[in-house]
Amino acid sequence: MKSIADIKAIREKMQAQIMNRDNVSDAAETRVVVGMATCGIAAGARPVFNELVDQVQKRGLENVKVTRAGCLGMCKLEPIVEVFVPGQEKVTYVKVDAQKAKDIIEKHIVGGNICTDYLVGEE
Amino acid sequence: MRELSLHILDIVENSVKANATLIQVDIEVKNGYLYITVVDNGKGMSEEFLAKVVDPFTTTRTTRKVGLGIPLIKQAAEVAEGEFSITSKLGEGTTVKTSYKLDSIDRVPLGDVPETITTLLYPNIEFVWRYAVNGEEFIFDTREVKEELQGVPIDSPEILVFLKSLLKENIDSINGGIII
Repeated sequence: MKSIADIKAIREKMQAQIMNRDNVSDAAETRVVVGMATCGIAAGARPVFNELVDQVQKRGLENVKVTRAGCLGMCKLEPIVEVFVPGQEKVTYVKVDAQKAKDIIEKHIVGGNICTDYLVGEE
Repeated sequence: MRELSLHILDIVENSVKANATLIQVDIEVKNGYLYITVVDNGKGMSEEFLAKVVDPFTTTRTTRKVGLGIPLIKQAAEVAEGEFSITSKLGEGTTVKTSYKLDSIDRVPLGDVPETITTLLYPNIEFVWRYAVNGEEFIFDTREVKEELQGVPIDSPEILVFLKSLLKENIDSINGGIII
């Protein structure tokens, strides 16, 4: 069974990466934000958050941060994911599920193409 | 909500918003009941606000006029033949206690606790999760994890994925094949 001490190997790998990342400013970081208030949680935000984290980890994406926010004010469109790519306008995806989360990472974050089917008005 | 662990996620987010620096979550199965307790050292609530906190039309938010987190967990406990209580003191913190009869037909399953825990890892907030089933327990303390991490952020994707699998193994082992 895994224990907290097993974290050492990952830590050593990560520390090397962090040293590289120190040369990159925060402004170069892409942020993926998941609404995690009651409305988002009830609509399925938790598996969306975890799928985004899994995808970022599996693809070894550096300078991509998956994080949470409170209620984004459009409860009926939850789960909502906002993507902030440096130098570009914010993109808001609505009614996101695990498959859409995977597509957002693959097509938008990696491929650079916004998933237009998942935007407000397209749901 | 479909899982009690989603209610936990929701009310712990309240503790986070109350600027808690230490949040303790206790999930225990004993004597035919499931007990879930969340204790935080956040800013707490005034007596006046506490008195109306179970009212769904009470909230501190400005984005909407309803606050459903507390009323929903209260209802989940009460329909499962359990109890709900909340105590709070301004400047000291808040404690939410709930219980659920294990074999109540109206009890929502506990659900994915590891996923709830990894969704709630913050660099600047400490958590102590205690998970106990009939006398066997597993404790997950983020202070221990952060000591081992030596500055690597606890919410890095690589760390979250590792911790989720660690938590799943340990919690499955405590459950001993029982789905709670």
